[in-house]
Amino acid sequence: MNPSLNASPADGGHGYSGIPRWLYLPAAVGALFVLLPLAAVLAKVNWAQFIPLVTSAASLDALGLSLRTSAASTLLCLVFGVPLAMVLARRPFRGQRLLRAFVLLPLVLPPVVGGIALLYTFGRQGLLGKSLELAGIQIAFSNTAVVLAQAFVALPFLVVSLEGALRTAGNKYEAVAATLGAAPTTVLRRVTLPLVMPGLASGAVLSFARSLGEFGATLTFAGSLQGVTRTLPLEIYLQRESDADAAVALSLLLVAVAVAVVGLSYRKPGRQVGA
Amino acid sequence: MTFRMTARVHGRLDAEFTVAPGETVAVLGPNGAGKSTLLAAAAGLVKPHGGSIRLGDKVLFAHDGGRQHWVPPHLRGVALLAQEALLFPHLSVLDNVAFAPRSAGEPRARSRETARRWLAEVDALDLAGRRPGQLSGGQAQRVAVARALAADPELLLLDEPMAALDIHAAPQLRRVLKRVLARRSALIVTHDVLDALMLADRIVVLEKGRIVEEGPVREVLGRPRSAFAAGLAGLNLLTGTVTPDGLLVSGPGAAGGQAVSGTPDGEALAGEPGVAAFPPSAVSVFLELPHGSPRNCLPVAITELEPHAGRIRVHAGELAADITPAASAELGLEPGTQVFFVVKSAEVQLYGA
Repeated sequence: MNPSLNASPADGGHGYSGIPRWLYLPAAVGALFVLLPLAAVLAKVNWAQFIPLVTSAASLDALGLSLRTSAASTLLCLVFGVPLAMVLARRPFRGQRLLRAFVLLPLVLPPVVGGIALLYTFGRQGLLGKSLELAGIQIAFSNTAVVLAQAFVALPFLVVSLEGALRTAGNKYEAVAATLGAAPTTVLRRVTLPLVMPGLASGAVLSFARSLGEFGATLTFAGSLQGVTRTLPLEIYLQRESDADAAVALSLLLVAVAVAVVGLSYRKPGRQVGA
Repeated sequence: MTFRMTARVHGRLDAEFTVAPGETVAVLGPNGAGKSTLLAAAAGLVKPHGGSIRLGDKVLFAHDGGRQHWVPPHLRGVALLAQEALLFPHLSVLDNVAFAPRSAGEPRARSRETARRWLAEVDALDLAGRRPGQLSGGQAQRVAVARALAADPELLLLDEPMAALDIHAAPQLRRVLKRVLARRSALIVTHDVLDALMLADRIVVLEKGRIVEEGPVREVLGRPRSAFAAGLAGLNLLTGTVTPDGLLVSGPGAAGGQAVSGTPDGEALAGEPGVAAFPPSAVSVFLELPHGSPRNCLPVAITELEPHAGRIRVHAGELAADITPAASAELGLEPGTQVFFVVKSAEVQLYGA
C-alpha cells in the first residue's frame, strides 16, 4: 500500500477534496434556489396550448428580433471588446484601473440607468444624437437602439472573460513570435487570438446570453414596438398582464434558449491555455 | 556580421561586449546577474535606458541625449530560444517550425518545406505531425531550436536552453546545438561550464550587471580572475597584491592578510594586483600546524561539509579542500572546527589579475 496524496480516479480512489461535510447543505439549498423557480415555471406551463402560444405572430416576431439583435450586439462586443481587453491586459498605462472600472460599470449598474444614459447620448436631444439627427440618422426607439442597449450591458462580460484569458496565457508566446519575425498584427492573428480562443468563445457566448435577457435598458432606450424593438423579455413582461399562459410559455422558450447557449459554451471547462 | 552592444538598464545591467561573425559567446554568472536582461535587450524585448546595439551596419538601438532609435523585435533578425520551448500549443510541430518563414511571407507549401529541412537538421523530422503537448521536454526543445533557425537569424540568442531538461535529454540537445551553432553568431546564457566548453568560443562573466571577466574559454577556465569563473573551473581563488615571492591576500575572506607563495607565470609583477589559484584536491587539512614545511598554511574555520564525487569537500568561506571520507572521520571535522588548509607552493598558480 502506498497511499498517495493525489490518488487519481483511475486507481479507483478519489483525490482529497477538502470539503467539510456540512458544506453540502448550504450548497444544496443554493442549487435548489436556482432550480426550484425553473421547476415552478415548468409546472405552470399550459402544455395543451404551448405550441400555438409560442408560434403566435407576436411571439415569433419577438423571438426573431431577440436572436437577430443579440447576434448583432455580440458582434459589436467582439469588434470593440477584443481591442479593449488587449489594451487592458497587455500594456499598463496611466488611468488603466479607472478605464477598467468604467468598462465594468454596466455589470453593476441598473440596466434602466444604462438606458437613460444611452438616451442622453444617442437620443434626439442627446450628446451625439443631435449631430446624428442632422445627418439624418435616428437611433432612439429603433432596431439599432435595441442592439446598442444590449451591447452596452453585454460588453463587460466579453472584456472580463477575455482579459482574464489573456493574463493567464501571458505574453511569452507573443515575445517568441516577435523574435521569429512576426509583425504585431501577425502575432495577434496567429498566436494571441488562437491561444485565448476558449476564453474569447465563452466571453462571446456570455455576451450573447446577456443580450438575449436584456430588458431594462432596452425598454428605456428603445421602447416596446412589436417587430421593431419588442424583444422576447419585453414581450413576456407585456403578456404577463394580459395572458399569463403565454408569458409562461415564452419564459420556458427563453430558458431553453439560454440553457442551450450556456451548455454549448461550457461543454469543455477543462480546456487549458498553454502547453 | 558583428554584433556590438553597449547597454544600460537601471539597476540590472551595464555591459559592453561584441560577438564576432560566426562566434558563439557564453554569458555566465550567478542568478540575478543580469544575463536574461542582456538577452532581452538584444532581442528587443527590453528597452535599455542607454547605450547602443548594432548588428552589422544595422543600428538596433541607440540612445544619445534626447533622441532614441529603436528597432522592434520582429525587424531585428535576432531569434530567441528560451529555457522553456514555448512551442505554440495550437500549431503542429511542422507549423511551429514553419512559423517564421510564413511570417516572412513565404507561401505555405514552401514554408513547410523549409520547416522539414530544419526539423531534419535537429533530428526531429519524425515529430513533424505531432502536437507540442505530445512531445517530451527534450524533443520540444529540439523543435524550438529548429523553429528559431528557420527564422534564419543573423544572431541567435539562447537563454539557458538546457536548464529545464532532464539529465538524459540535455546531452542530446547539446550535441545538436554544437552542430548548428558552428559558424553561427550566437549568444548563450548558461550556468553550466560544460555548455561553455562544448559550445562557446568565448566566455563573458557577468556579476551584478557588469562584466567582470571575458576571454577565450580556455583562458577564462584555465586562469580565472573572478570568483565566479574560478568556481566554474573548480579552483580556489585568492586575490591580492603580487609580492616578490608570492601573493599578499587582500580582503576580509578566510585567508585575508596572509602571504601565499606559489609558482608565478612571469606576467605577475610585484606590487600589481594578482590572483593565486589552486584546486581543492591539492589542499590537505590539518588540526595542528605542521612543522618545518615550506608549504602554505592557512588557518581557517570550517563552514560546511558536503559529499563531492566520492570525497568530502570541506568549505571554509570561499576556500575548499577535497579529502577522503576516512580522513574527515579521523580528524573529526564539523562546521566550526579550526583547521589549517595546507597547499604546496608548486600547486599554486600565480598570475596578474
